[in-house]
Amino acid sequence: MKLLFDRIDEPGLNTLPVYERRGGYQSLRKALAMAPEDVLTELEASNLRGRGGAGFQMGKKVSFLPRGSIEKYLVCNADESEPGTFKDRELLQKTPHQLLEGLIIASYAAGTNRSFIYIRGEYSQQADILDAALAEAREAGYVGENILGSDHWLSLVVHRGAGAYICGEETGLLDSLEGKRGNPRLKPPFPANQGLYQGPTLINNVETLSTVPAIIRMGGAEYAKLGTESSTGTKIVSVSGHVRKPGNYEIELGIPSREIVYGLAGGPPEGRQVKCWFPGGSSSPVLTAEDLDIPYDFDSMAKAGSMLGSGAIIVVDDSTPILDVALKVAKFYRHESCGKCTPCREGTNWTVKMLERIDRGEATPMDLEIMASVQDHIIGHCLCVLGDAMAMPIGSMIVKFRDELEAHMEDRRLVAA
Amino acid sequence: MSARGWDTPADLEKDPAGIPDPATTPVPEALRGQIEAHMALYPDPRSAALPALEAAQRVHGWCSPEAIEQVACVMGVTPASLDAVATFYDMLETEPVGEHSVYVCTNISCSLRGADELYAAISQAAADDEAFNVRAFECLGACDIAPMASVDGVYLGPLTAEDVPRLLDDVRAGRDVLPDKQLARRACADPEAGA
Repeated sequence: MKLLFDRIDEPGLNTLPVYERRGGYQSLRKALAMAPEDVLTELEASNLRGRGGAGFQMGKKVSFLPRGSIEKYLVCNADESEPGTFKDRELLQKTPHQLLEGLIIASYAAGTNRSFIYIRGEYSQQADILDAALAEAREAGYVGENILGSDHWLSLVVHRGAGAYICGEETGLLDSLEGKRGNPRLKPPFPANQGLYQGPTLINNVETLSTVPAIIRMGGAEYAKLGTESSTGTKIVSVSGHVRKPGNYEIELGIPSREIVYGLAGGPPEGRQVKCWFPGGSSSPVLTAEDLDIPYDFDSMAKAGSMLGSGAIIVVDDSTPILDVALKVAKFYRHESCGKCTPCREGTNWTVKMLERIDRGEATPMDLEIMASVQDHIIGHCLCVLGDAMAMPIGSMIVKFRDELEAHMEDRRLVAA
Repeated sequence: MSARGWDTPADLEKDPAGIPDPATTPVPEALRGQIEAHMALYPDPRSAALPALEAAQRVHGWCSPEAIEQVACVMGVTPASLDAVATFYDMLETEPVGEHSVYVCTNISCSLRGADELYAAISQAAADDEAFNVRAFECLGACDIAPMASVDGVYLGPLTAEDVPRLLDDVRAGRDVLPDKQLARRACADPEAGA
């Protein structure tokens, strides 16, 4: 079942005529003929969970916004930066009108009139495509005053970032959109109450909003029949690392993970075995080959001690030492820590230093205890989850690959001696 | 994030610079127009800081003190507030750099497929050419074409060390860079997505 990826490589799908010929913007017409509350009811009935990483029910998030004439904002998070994730890039590049249509419908349901798409600066090609699509949509009367003759109006600005992982964190994104350093804010107040320019703000991921036209077309209840009961619908999974066919695949949530890693992506190269895999981007705790039969959905991944996150599966085969993986991950979060909270700023730095000690042959087994305790002291102790995003995978590697880390340590110690 | 600001101490003897005086701060007309157009898009014009700094960087090559002063003048803010922004973001350069950016992704998915070797090869090949700004970059969101690089914003991959000389030559000659390796021409991996 392809909802988002339906004939996505059709030439010209990024332009309005082709998108309209295929039935594009019909969902918007249908939604505008309904009352906003009824559109919201459909979104809630779909049980669609946010595709950006946290997996919060989208309909519920919309319903949190206060009603009334107060100035509210809708922000689309297109700052896709979680390592291993590249699904939004394909959607933005090939079917930007699908996102715009979903965004306009969401703004109608939420009663917002000003919206922004925050796209990461590195995606300049995709931002150009999006800008062109927006110009077409504006020309056709889908964005602007009295959309399709209704009372609903919407302004939309494509805002380009300039390279910072933390701007994918929703409050960091808001600060960045206000023209500041992208430092996360204290929560509460949550953005639904006090977000952009202090106004109530709805923030949704590209894939989440791109799914909205399909939900309105099918009806929320029909959409909810796809996937599992608590993880409804289809999801785009980005598979990368040691697999034969890396890429984006649209799957129905709840299929066995093995079907994705081996069936779709072709598994590791000849003669290699899966050593570990990140089920939801580099911030998710690693799973091992034994976990490949777990269904790929939000709850099953949480029950297995990890998370579905952004839906980015990174496969590591047995040719790579776990220490190398840990170091890459830790160095990334050290670089991207904004430095506002001490546990994250110091914790990411010390974790890198301790991992490097192992590599230099200067570590003792006690270092693993200290490193594990550093991870425990980061989790839950910062304004945002960037620190947790390092602590969770590193902590899981210390637990699951302790023997290998100790052997690596001993090897290096002997070499150094 | 960037080293500048942390490693260079501020001169405490000096008062911080105020908002630059439009009468004594020359700003190129085209740049002023771009910045003002960005400011008009937002309920709060200060939101235009990033696009304004990017526009100034395109004119000056990097976020030089002069570039920051010009943006501050048009936006009516202090240079320090923009300096704080410029030092935070990886794509805003706070030192002079080559005009052609080559960002090599060296994050986990790309490094599993040889990104560190690719970065070494490109760095070495471009070492004597000041036109290039070769940087190891965090995940660029293209792990499906790993190992990859973004050359002046064009995503290329999968790349090997053999591609490097042609890549650099294409940039030097102003040609379309490695057309057969461009992400934009790649079909979706999902076999059922199709055209």
